[in-house]
Amino acid sequence: MKSFTFKSVSIIGVILAAIVFLLPTFLNTWPHKKINLGLDLQGGMHLVLEVQNIKAVEVEMERTIQEIKKQLRKDGVKHLGISRLNDNSILAKFPVGDNKSAFETVLSKNFENLIIQKPHTDNNIVSFKLALPEKEIENLKKMATEQALETIRNRIDEFGVSEPDIRIQGKNRILLQLPGIKDPDRAKDLIGKTAQLTFQIVDDEADVGSALNGTPPVGDEILYQTKYEAGSSVPIKTPFLIKKRVLLDGSLLTDARVEFDQFQQPQIGIEFSRKGARIFDRITGENINKRLAIVLDKTVYSAPVIQDRIAGGKARITGSFTLDDAKDLAIALRAGSLPAPVKIIEERTVGPTLGADSIRTGLISMMVGGFLVILFMVIYYKNAGLIADLALLINIILIGGGLAAFQATLTLPGIAGIILTIGMAVDANVIIFERIREEVKSGKTALASVHAGFDRASLTILDANVTTLIAALVLYQFGTSSIKGFAVTLCLGIIASLFTALVVSKGVFNFVLKNKPSKKLSI
Amino acid sequence: MQLIKSDINIDFIGKQKIGFIISILLILLSLGSLIVHKGPNYGIDFVGGTIIQIKFTESVPVGKIRTGLSSIGLNDASVQNFGQDQDNEFLIRTSNQKMTDKGLSLSIKDAVMASTGIAPEIRRVEMVGPQVGKDLREKALLAIFYSLLFITIYISGRFELKWILSGVTAGSLMTAVYFLSVFNVSMVVLITAALIVTLVLFWTLRLKYAIGAIIALLHDVLITVGIFSLLNLDFSLPIIAALLTIIGYSLNDTIIVFDRIRENLKGSNKTDSLPLLFNKSINRTLSRTILTSVTTLIVLFALYFLGGEIIHNFAFAMIVGVIIGTYSSIFVASPIVLFAHKR
Repeated sequence: MKSFTFKSVSIIGVILAAIVFLLPTFLNTWPHKKINLGLDLQGGMHLVLEVQNIKAVEVEMERTIQEIKKQLRKDGVKHLGISRLNDNSILAKFPVGDNKSAFETVLSKNFENLIIQKPHTDNNIVSFKLALPEKEIENLKKMATEQALETIRNRIDEFGVSEPDIRIQGKNRILLQLPGIKDPDRAKDLIGKTAQLTFQIVDDEADVGSALNGTPPVGDEILYQTKYEAGSSVPIKTPFLIKKRVLLDGSLLTDARVEFDQFQQPQIGIEFSRKGARIFDRITGENINKRLAIVLDKTVYSAPVIQDRIAGGKARITGSFTLDDAKDLAIALRAGSLPAPVKIIEERTVGPTLGADSIRTGLISMMVGGFLVILFMVIYYKNAGLIADLALLINIILIGGGLAAFQATLTLPGIAGIILTIGMAVDANVIIFERIREEVKSGKTALASVHAGFDRASLTILDANVTTLIAALVLYQFGTSSIKGFAVTLCLGIIASLFTALVVSKGVFNFVLKNKPSKKLSI
Repeated sequence: MQLIKSDINIDFIGKQKIGFIISILLILLSLGSLIVHKGPNYGIDFVGGTIIQIKFTESVPVGKIRTGLSSIGLNDASVQNFGQDQDNEFLIRTSNQKMTDKGLSLSIKDAVMASTGIAPEIRRVEMVGPQVGKDLREKALLAIFYSLLFITIYISGRFELKWILSGVTAGSLMTAVYFLSVFNVSMVVLITAALIVTLVLFWTLRLKYAIGAIIALLHDVLITVGIFSLLNLDFSLPIIAALLTIIGYSLNDTIIVFDRIRENLKGSNKTDSLPLLFNKSINRTLSRTILTSVTTLIVLFALYFLGGEIIHNFAFAMIVGVIIGTYSSIFVASPIVLFAHKR
């Protein structure tokens, strides 16, 4: 009798704990942990981005080339061109002579991380091939992904999404879960912006027209400005011939804000750090009467003529912005540029109305299915069926409590998992009841039949459920977020139904038979 | 109440030929459909593409939506009614993934509004890049393979106490698959080969129950996939979830029968009474097998009819799987174990 009491107390304890965990989902009570709804139920956006981090390596190599050139100029070493190859190595050419050893000195002094392959001489030209060690390239890529994650997190925080989930997935992917997002297109646009701001000089000595037909002069590139006529959606593109050399970039920004010009047209005011302000001061001073192009993600926004030296480190980006465009651009500039472009490789967006519909239809089918099963069990097994039904209800409470307690996410397939569990959970009871019926038929007393039924069925039930559990666990491993939700409810359902069938049902049977030792079983 | 009398005695083993013929016909039909359709009718989850679900406040002819889509260059897009007619809901499907970067849903909204005169509500957008699709396809195959393997280890261990033997076999298979997958061997070929090797190994190692179970499971999965292919239904991620659940569920039935067979085998040693013993085991568990399938089917039908369009195919796959799985635990798994026993 004592062990029975202990058992019943622990059963009631488990059920009460589940109810306590389940309550906050419906009422505002302790412990204040609601069941998490997946994006497919509450609406929101799931994005997977691929960071094209090879671009970060390219940028680093270009930077190294600039530095080598600068150092060579400083040391007075002549060269016949230093360029980046497609495999991200550097090819440096020198005339035969003293330059070879001079170059080697420069390298060993300032660029000791580069691997130098044996130079070869051809037509009085010595060529060196330089490369970064594989490990450093991997490191650069990894840093690019991490930095992209940080930048995107900052942008999302400023954009205002409650409880975003942003994480790195694999080597170069970033997973974003943005619940309840109102304007998915705008968010995607903001996330995908590289926001690479540069200040470059317009080459007015060469002709844009001839550059368009042939190749641009060495050290120049053609970039476009896009403008819209008032009231038209057809863009007008103007080509500019821009010197490739970047005089100043967005990394030295301290602030970017939306401002309005005298026509109430939005523009973006930017402010540089002290170092940035000094550089800005110098380049404007050196390039008076030339045009300074403000280039954002390879698009020219404006190219005003520098009238005078500009001190103080403030500048404006003007263009035909809408207010939202300007706001987002300011966020992107403040949050910093992405170290490499990102590409959206997976998107799943669910609107809030569809989510609400899914919850509704899910609940309806759960209730209808549950009711039919409950009805069926009572008709088929009479009073014993009631015990199975009680076990079923407890089962659902335990799944709900488990979801809340483990802070698992409930998705639409997750609801399907619960519904499936309702159908499958009675299975354990059916196995037991069928066994008990057999035992009763063989002439045993009610109590003995119940004991024998539970004893002989327990192992079978365990076996049968372990296999579904294995499948559910594999599914969890494989799962994308919505499928994971299904695996979770299925696992919880299996564990709960083992508990309800083997512990709760048995306890209730014992309780009923001990308190009212009738000679016949209603089964 | 009792639907199936406890003294029921159907000669299932005697009718195994009929069962085999039905199974082989179904498998041939499935394989045939898969060959004709060149594999399952993969949804965007597995091949990449974009689907957009839109809803109108009033009825709109499909043709007008198509006109709107062509006006922005989406000539290859397919437009389908989604759910009930009165919902005015449509699913637009296109292989174009590039455009989602630049607000595909917005441009579709504008274009469709221009052609129909009604602003649609964008309810769902799903875009999967080709690389992601390929990854998911491989992961799904691996998931099916691993769950089959783990389950067979469990069965060999529990029923024949050959934990180590089956564990080592499965372990080496897993390692082989892992190493070969590093060398870019086609995953389909790899998994098929691994499954055949598994079958041959289990047969030679005389893991009777495991081989019965694994053949029954392959049978269930193949026929479910085949029926999906026959009906030209979309094969998406939730269907994989359904397949794995079917694997677990169908085995559940099989195990109950196996358990009885093992229990009854303990009492007898005479080989000639084996078919009788198998029959008895199947009959004694028949009531339970049918009943649990009935309760599961009840909830699945509720899900199928009331659960909404998104979960529709999942519920359908489960319904097919539960029916096939119940059938196979009686007509496929047990006869094969008997066959292996006689060897």
